[in-house]
Amino acid sequence: MGEIFVVVEHREEEIREITFQMLWKANELAQALSHSLTAVLLCDNGEAFVPEIGDRADRVILVEDESLKNFSAERYKEILKGLIEEYNPFLTLMGHTPWGMEFAPALSIKTGLPLATDCVDILIEDGNPKVIRQIYNGKLFSKVSFKASEGYLITQRPGAFPTDKVGDRQGELIKKEIPADIPEPRKQFVEFVDTAAGEMDISQAEFLVSVGRGVGEEENIKVVQDLVDTLGGVISCSRPVVDKNWLPKFHQVGTSGKTVKPKVYLALGISGAFQHVAGISGAGTVIAVNKDKKAPIFRVADYGVVDDLFKVVEALKKKLSA
Amino acid sequence: MNIIVCVKRVPLTQEVDLEIDPSKRDVRSDMLAYVMNEWDNYAIEEAILLKEKLEGTVTAMTIGSEDDEEVLRRCLAMGADKAIRVDPGTLELDSFTISKILAAVIKGLDHDLVLTGVQAEDNNEGAVGIMLAEHLGLAHSAVVVGIEPEGNEATIRVELEGGIDEVSKIGLPAVLSIQTGINEPRYVSIMGIRKAAKKELNVIELGELELSEDDLLTRTTIEEIFLPPETEGAEIIEGDASTIAEEIIRIIKEKGVSI
Repeated sequence: MGEIFVVVEHREEEIREITFQMLWKANELAQALSHSLTAVLLCDNGEAFVPEIGDRADRVILVEDESLKNFSAERYKEILKGLIEEYNPFLTLMGHTPWGMEFAPALSIKTGLPLATDCVDILIEDGNPKVIRQIYNGKLFSKVSFKASEGYLITQRPGAFPTDKVGDRQGELIKKEIPADIPEPRKQFVEFVDTAAGEMDISQAEFLVSVGRGVGEEENIKVVQDLVDTLGGVISCSRPVVDKNWLPKFHQVGTSGKTVKPKVYLALGISGAFQHVAGISGAGTVIAVNKDKKAPIFRVADYGVVDDLFKVVEALKKKLSA
Repeated sequence: MNIIVCVKRVPLTQEVDLEIDPSKRDVRSDMLAYVMNEWDNYAIEEAILLKEKLEGTVTAMTIGSEDDEEVLRRCLAMGADKAIRVDPGTLELDSFTISKILAAVIKGLDHDLVLTGVQAEDNNEGAVGIMLAEHLGLAHSAVVVGIEPEGNEATIRVELEGGIDEVSKIGLPAVLSIQTGINEPRYVSIMGIRKAAKKELNVIELGELELSEDDLLTRTTIEEIFLPPETEGAEIIEGDASTIAEEIIRIIKEKGVSI
């Protein structure tokens, strides 16, 4: 019987949601393949975490050490290489998160196992894993196969699967010592800094008017701000607007900004990259205005307008002042 | 400080209808315009900003055909000192083979820092930079939004989720994958690109590099590409601007927002 590894991601004494999403998918794969499911937990205090994941895995391999309090790609890749050599998992799932992106490709080189990143689905065809990915910023999907190997590494896109507990498993706890010969990491954690705090908290707004790359230039932000002043909502934006310094970071909606839950979200010129869409899953109603009828935002919006956003903004202003 | 920046030329796909080519493994490229990968634009800008502050050289590098030299010329116009193109011929590429080729070139060059974009806009894998770091045996970090070198180390910021940055110290030399927004890439004029034509641009053939057969074997293969599955999607509001505006206002009010 084979085995599926899920590498637990945690930060500041909390297990990250991606971990539960990986356990959800791994449960399905383990059932289909009759494999066992192993959660691999590298941390400084296993007692806090084991109860949360124990009933979602057949085994929890716990490597507990003071040095694992904060994430370290260098420590992760050394420890995981050892565990993969010992257990030979068929699949190893990691998060396609900033931290997953920092260690998974290095682990692939270190172990010689092939890696597919940012996967939105994992399939088994004739006993071989294949993955579904999005390319060209979500406009197309690809089906990817691996070079034949003893095991395969996969990073899973956050939000691709539910976080619910599924299956009936009783995690047997296996404690492992941290290998003694791990070199001192060349990257050392200093601190976390909150960059999204600002004059207002968009996550509390009940009506958001959000602008994206389609706004074109900095001066046009004012055009939208004028509309917001008339409508009475709060202005927010997608990543490109903050990248260009057209609005401060506390306005940003999405994975690296704020998760919002307004009653209405009016998206103007936002294409709908998955990092952005992840931030509006809690919105009541999404109305999207975009020139590109193939923009991914229309796949998640409730209402869509395929048109120039400025035409719509001007018409809205006219109606409101009439 | 000597910095190497790996860049890629990618098709411009925003607001473009993509067609799948008959092989079903890529898009039809004949109708597409090409640009420098957005993440790489920030990476090259960051390298030039560091050079302006600390002196040294910036080398831009890509793997591709003669057409791809366009992005190298752009890097030279922005302020890179020299450029290298590796011609892969007809070799099939994936993150693994790309990282192997880059490593084979970079190990022969003087480098304190190697920068890549977090990912390329076309296949969105985000793996080359960190694979490259492992081949070179260098310290590495991904999704970097700040770099301040001091002597033989640098203080870096990594962008995590929810507006949180992780501040770390990293030993140099290191490989960092650069996130958009780290700086404001400078404007490049056609004139500037013409002027930079005199700068050094070397072409390396694969055969000149120390690479084994295994190094050039892809580990992942795109079997097919396809359009996103049809979903219900948005209900499209049609009509002239005035009708559309009226409908939007009606929906906003209906959902309990007072405007």
